Amino acid sequence: MSDRLHLLHILHELQQKHRYIPEESIRDVAARFNLPISQIRAVVEFYAFFSTTPCGYYHILFSNCTSCGYQAGDTNLLHLLTEQLGVRIAQTHADRRVSVQETSCIGMCDHGASLLINGLPLIHLDSERITQMVGLIEAEKPLSEWPSPWFHIHDQIHKRGLLLKEDISAGDGLRAMLLRGRDETLTEISQSKLRGRGGAGFSTGLKWRLCKQAVGKAHYVVCNADEGEPGTFKDRMLLQQHADAMFEGMTICAHVIGAHQGFVYLRGEYRYLLPHLQTVLVRRRGSGLLGTTILGQRGFDFDIDIVVGAGAYICGEESALIESLEGKPGIPRSRPPFPVTHGYLGQPTVVNNVETFIAAAHIACKGATWFTSVGTTASTGSKLLSISGDCTSPGIYEYPFGVTIQQILQDCGASNVQAVQVGGPSGTLINQTALHRRIGFEDVSTGGSFMIFNEKRDMLAIIHRFTAFFAHESCGFCTPCRVGTTLLRKGLHKIIVGQGTRYDMAELQHMCELIRRYSHCGLGHTAANPILDGLQHFSQAFEQRLTQRDFIPHFDLDTALEAARQMTQRNDEGAHLDQGAE
Amino acid sequence: MTTEPEPKLICIDGQEIPFQHGQTIMDAALAAGIYIPHLCHFPGITPQGNCKLCTVEVNGKPLTACTSPAADGQQIRNNTTELNEARKALTQMLFMEGNHICPSCEKTGNCPLQAMAYHLGMLHGRFPAQYPLRQVDASHPTIMLDRDRCILCSLCVRASREVDGKNVFAIAGRGIHASLIVNTSSGKLADSDIEPSDLAAKICPVGAILIKEHGYDAPIGRRIFDQHKISEIGLEKEIVARVKSDDQ
Repeated sequence: MSDRLHLLHILHELQQKHRYIPEESIRDVAARFNLPISQIRAVVEFYAFFSTTPCGYYHILFSNCTSCGYQAGDTNLLHLLTEQLGVRIAQTHADRRVSVQETSCIGMCDHGASLLINGLPLIHLDSERITQMVGLIEAEKPLSEWPSPWFHIHDQIHKRGLLLKEDISAGDGLRAMLLRGRDETLTEISQSKLRGRGGAGFSTGLKWRLCKQAVGKAHYVVCNADEGEPGTFKDRMLLQQHADAMFEGMTICAHVIGAHQGFVYLRGEYRYLLPHLQTVLVRRRGSGLLGTTILGQRGFDFDIDIVVGAGAYICGEESALIESLEGKPGIPRSRPPFPVTHGYLGQPTVVNNVETFIAAAHIACKGATWFTSVGTTASTGSKLLSISGDCTSPGIYEYPFGVTIQQILQDCGASNVQAVQVGGPSGTLINQTALHRRIGFEDVSTGGSFMIFNEKRDMLAIIHRFTAFFAHESCGFCTPCRVGTTLLRKGLHKIIVGQGTRYDMAELQHMCELIRRYSHCGLGHTAANPILDGLQHFSQAFEQRLTQRDFIPHFDLDTALEAARQMTQRNDEGAHLDQGAE
Repeated sequence: MTTEPEPKLICIDGQEIPFQHGQTIMDAALAAGIYIPHLCHFPGITPQGNCKLCTVEVNGKPLTACTSPAADGQQIRNNTTELNEARKALTQMLFMEGNHICPSCEKTGNCPLQAMAYHLGMLHGRFPAQYPLRQVDASHPTIMLDRDRCILCSLCVRASREVDGKNVFAIAGRGIHASLIVNTSSGKLADSDIEPSDLAAKICPVGAILIKEHGYDAPIGRRIFDQHKISEIGLEKEIVARVKSDDQ
């Protein structure tokens, strides 16, 4: 398959061309791919970057992440932008010039408030730049004439360890593998005790071995570059600076398991990295590191396609990612069977994180002992952290596993710390009493997100943001997550606005437990973590907002009349109902 | 000379039952006459496990019985207070997610969702109603699609593909905005090849897909769940058979 023909890519082109995906195009694509029209519709409706109504010539997706989002201190930059442009959120301006929407974290957390404009990241936003932007939009200046530094992403690496200190040259890992032998290389990976860097921590050696042993018509290697956990941006840097090592790791894996085709699944937010990645692939093909007879080894044939996602956090879940690769909505599969035996097209597939493949390439070069000399017994090697939030030096830090949270906070210049969210919203919320805890699979696990909140932050607002994130990203497959995440968002909102009773608190806790225990996949299992951790470590913040009344209904009579007010174009006193105000 | 292999057994709430290779926990339980509450499962159709009502504890771990393979020696908890309370909460969530007004619904008394609510002792909605705005499709001459009641179980989607040999339905959208769509150019049911005799037209466990012009053929008091409990095994065929249509 040529990656240019991937369904997601065709739909992206249509979205670019028409600024939405028209009905006729949906029918054409269905006919062209010989797929049911309902499948194309389902895909278009599933991914946030596709729309069925026209977007503006300037289409703006403003991040709502707590680190790279529009809330800059006391200023709501999204409101500022929409006010100055005279548009409503998610409603394209009548002249079709501009549209503004919220989007989940875009991975620019070390660059302050950020947005995507026609897919390109625009960073370091403040009130002044918003005003400048509005001026350029009103003057209808094409993006190519906007100040180029606004789009320049500079990776800030503050601490280098095992992987970042010394890069490997393209081909070194492959040559080391061919010299050592493919089974011996697998043994080396197993002995390094490398575990998946996405956060779940499954043994890489075991995953490769299970896949190699699985019977199938073909084997596949997939690199998960769908870095969607809010607060994570280490893969963005790795893709920019260490793409060779990533492709090398994938190629080593391919030789070990017997795969001839690989995919990088790149998150849509990182589409701007695509030309760079394509260039590296072309260079590697030219150097005999990809393609047929790699490094002159007969039968060593392997190539890599890049598939770009379209705005769906759930596609970071490996089976949802595979569904997306297959041109379907990213709905996680029932497991077992696992991807190692039934993955892409039902065939044995290894799915690993960007950082995992890079670590594997280094291990192939330098050996297991080199790797295990760093870290802890249960968590060997190093971990790349994406540090953001309230600190003087946000950016990339590479630490040996086992480092304390206190040490990290010291290094990045964080003071008056109230809380740290380790591993993103799906991870662990740490308060001041737990700063001695250590980064590692045996203590506080993280895929790389490390967000710091100082004492000025409103913890309930942060927890609400995380909860709203899961409600927005739930795929909708199973009852507890589909309905429950929305109930959590609304239930917490009720408490935040001072309408929550003790009963509402108990109900919130109960719903959390239900979603965690009964959901279909990892998203649901972790969606309640922010509230559960919040109730445990920041109970005061909840208590303070509770009302003393025994019962306040969720149903608000006055809000329910809004549709009637809009229809009758009334907003006078007589069109409002006062519901039991004290 | 061959010896009979030892029968493989799983244990549900203390009762040992046999299973055959390839059976799920649900298959084995139903075959042994043990009821595990479910809404999105229908014997003979590929299970999906989206409603989550059939969640049981297998060696302490929550798993959907309809999708989990039975394996020798599994210790399974099914009819426990905790699991039934969770099932009740899930049922309440399904009610509150859509717009369900039982007294004015033709499906009342024949409705597995309603029967499940009674079975689990659900006395109120508990959670705030979401009052979603959903589209009704009355375009088809003999079949009605009222999305207000859809619980996204996907039984019609699967029945159409697997049994009717058609592909009339799909689920589109994401999260709370997920919805049942029709696989036609217009998106309307009238343009599909669905027929009232199709399993997809009869399998709906709520009143989202109804056969037109058959209101209250069986009066209240003589409907399925007036005469049967949802926990009776093998009731699915009865439910489908009771859906009346002119071509029968």
